[in-house]
Amino acid sequence: MSGAPSGGDRQRLRQALGDIALLLVGPVVAVALALLVGAVGIALFSGLLPAGKPLDVGLPARAYYALFTGAISTQTFVYATPLILAGLGVALGFKAGLFNIGGRGQFLMGALGAMTIATWLGTSVPAVVEIPLALGFAMLLGAISGFIPGFLKATSGAHEVVTTIMLNYILADVLYWAVSGPLVPARAPQPITINIQDSSTAALPGLPVIGNLGVVIAVLAVPIVWFLLYRTTLGFEIRTAGANPDAARYGGMKPRRLIVLTMTVAGLLSGLAGACILLGNDYQMTPGYDTTVGFDAITVALLGRSNPVGAFFAALLLGGMRAGSGPMQIQAGVPRELVDALQAIILLFLVMNVLRHWLGSRAARGAEMAGIETVTRTYGRESV
Amino acid sequence: MAGIPTFLDSLPAIGYVFQFIGYVLANLPVIAQTTVAVAVPITLAAMTGVMCERSGVVNIGLEGIMLIAAFVGWAVGAAAVGFVPAATTPIFGITPALLIGLAAAILAGMAVSLLHAWLSISLRVDQIISGTIINIGAAGLTGYLNNLISRQSPTGAGNFAPLQVPASVANVPLVGWLINALFDQGPIGITTLILVVVFQIMLFRSRWGLRTRAAGEHPRAAETVGIDVIWLRYRNVVLSGALAALGGAWLSMEQTNSFQPNMTAGRGFIGLAAMIVGRWTPVGAFGAALLFSSATALSSAIVIGPPSGGLGTFLGSVPSQFWDALPYLITIIVLAGLIGRSIAPAADGQPYERESAT
Repeated sequence: MSGAPSGGDRQRLRQALGDIALLLVGPVVAVALALLVGAVGIALFSGLLPAGKPLDVGLPARAYYALFTGAISTQTFVYATPLILAGLGVALGFKAGLFNIGGRGQFLMGALGAMTIATWLGTSVPAVVEIPLALGFAMLLGAISGFIPGFLKATSGAHEVVTTIMLNYILADVLYWAVSGPLVPARAPQPITINIQDSSTAALPGLPVIGNLGVVIAVLAVPIVWFLLYRTTLGFEIRTAGANPDAARYGGMKPRRLIVLTMTVAGLLSGLAGACILLGNDYQMTPGYDTTVGFDAITVALLGRSNPVGAFFAALLLGGMRAGSGPMQIQAGVPRELVDALQAIILLFLVMNVLRHWLGSRAARGAEMAGIETVTRTYGRESV
Repeated sequence: MAGIPTFLDSLPAIGYVFQFIGYVLANLPVIAQTTVAVAVPITLAAMTGVMCERSGVVNIGLEGIMLIAAFVGWAVGAAAVGFVPAATTPIFGITPALLIGLAAAILAGMAVSLLHAWLSISLRVDQIISGTIINIGAAGLTGYLNNLISRQSPTGAGNFAPLQVPASVANVPLVGWLINALFDQGPIGITTLILVVVFQIMLFRSRWGLRTRAAGEHPRAAETVGIDVIWLRYRNVVLSGALAALGGAWLSMEQTNSFQPNMTAGRGFIGLAAMIVGRWTPVGAFGAALLFSSATALSSAIVIGPPSGGLGTFLGSVPSQFWDALPYLITIIVLAGLIGRSIAPAADGQPYERESAT
């Protein structure tokens, strides 16, 4: 008896594995179809390349080969780091019925916060002190950037889709101002910050294979957010408010407080994302310092079905695509913006629920876009 | 210490206010003309939103639709230059290549809108998610193709020219500046001004308008009196794509003569805010768009020709990034301040399912 799993356990295990397979099949099919459409697109426009042949069927193969081989590198983990963190932030918002498109601004504030600490402290304190301070200040600025749209929505009903986008532009201007003035060291020939590796102790220590400490931070955030969502009262309230705001209100929860709190935590995570990539990979800022993490994080959250573990794997996939896009542009000449277009096509196939039409209801259960159908519901409403 | 206002330092602030009013009045013709021009794409985006949301479909993808139209209009115009005669009309500077580009932009905008309509009306995908997919895809696709095309640095088709208001009219006391502001615009700009009035009348005085509003407020009731809600929403969303496309074409074919990646720069979302502040009416949205664009016009006037004296020194000390951020900042403030009194159509954003369908 002991040791061997009983028949009931085995059946439960099989069912759990089956559920996971169903959860996976939608995203996997969407990615595969998107790569196919992308290949057609590359071939279709191959004539526009310098010395390119029209309808070059070999080009997609060369491009994808460069993309794939480029993705087998440490850079995949490095690029996945901010996507995991910001993706968790967007996923958390989805769970609460909120759509955080402010990832770009929150990320930039996080990076700016980390840069401010690194410039201010320089090499005067050891890394053990400076790195936590830089990460902490980044999280604070990110949290404030998330708090503002949350507060505006809770008090006035201004929808976060508009306010977070407006904030993205405002915060990018704030960064531009800071990096073209206050953060520029004296005697600098042009507006550029210090190099964190050379002139401060805030650089994240490198690690073999996975890149740097930021990757560890991002991986640790996955179980923390999972625990927050599924094992705490707050997480229960967030999920209830997202699934059914009326039930949450009658149950004595405070939806307004939850909105502010969720957006603040989402901003904190995106801010941390900015700090991790700045202290672990970019090291230096020009006034035009920018990121694609904001929109990538939305793809990550949708592809991962707003689940922390799902977001982790989706971030790895997208991180790989970002890491491989540079080699693809250099080796095959295919512009790296292909990755952005691919993302949209992946999401398109994902929401189209192609499986529902092809495979019937059983597969459709796995392909449902669970947990996000409430995003539009609060749009244009007076209050929550 | 310099920079910290003391009580005495703050006294000239009152003088600054009068100086500022004087500066605005002195530069009124330029500021008013720029205000109307900058409001054009925002108004078109807002009217796209009104047309969709009045019938019950949220469309945040209009930013992406504008971007695609801006790219297609420019690229097709540039491609057509070599094949068509270079004849130019005396007013508006219309050439065959520009017209071909504009037509392509409108078709592209309507095609992308059809995708949004299909996703949100037929597949009942969350409408904000559908719009986001269009925005991401538009940035990726235009970035990809622009990267390919710009390597060949093609000659563009140029751009539409503004209607020149004669100096004798522009200098008429009291109203000359207003006539100049409204009519010193290109063909897309003037079309937009006409559309605002026509659309306002249509929405509240025509059968189409009544049906649209019914579908957005109470689709089930609309269906029971014989309105095909699904078809009506499809038609509105696809037609509205032409409005957003005009906004995109304005950017790459009227304001400038080239395409820049992400050149819409949030104008679609500012348009959505203008729609909300303008309470889902075309005239109201135009008014809100003017409010947002006046910030841009004023700041560009200050940057180009700063006022003299103490006010000029004070304004000169404000970082230029502040002026860049001002339209976005005002959008947020106005949106948060007014939204409580601005109510969306009741069925806005809710997918409609026929009774017979289970």
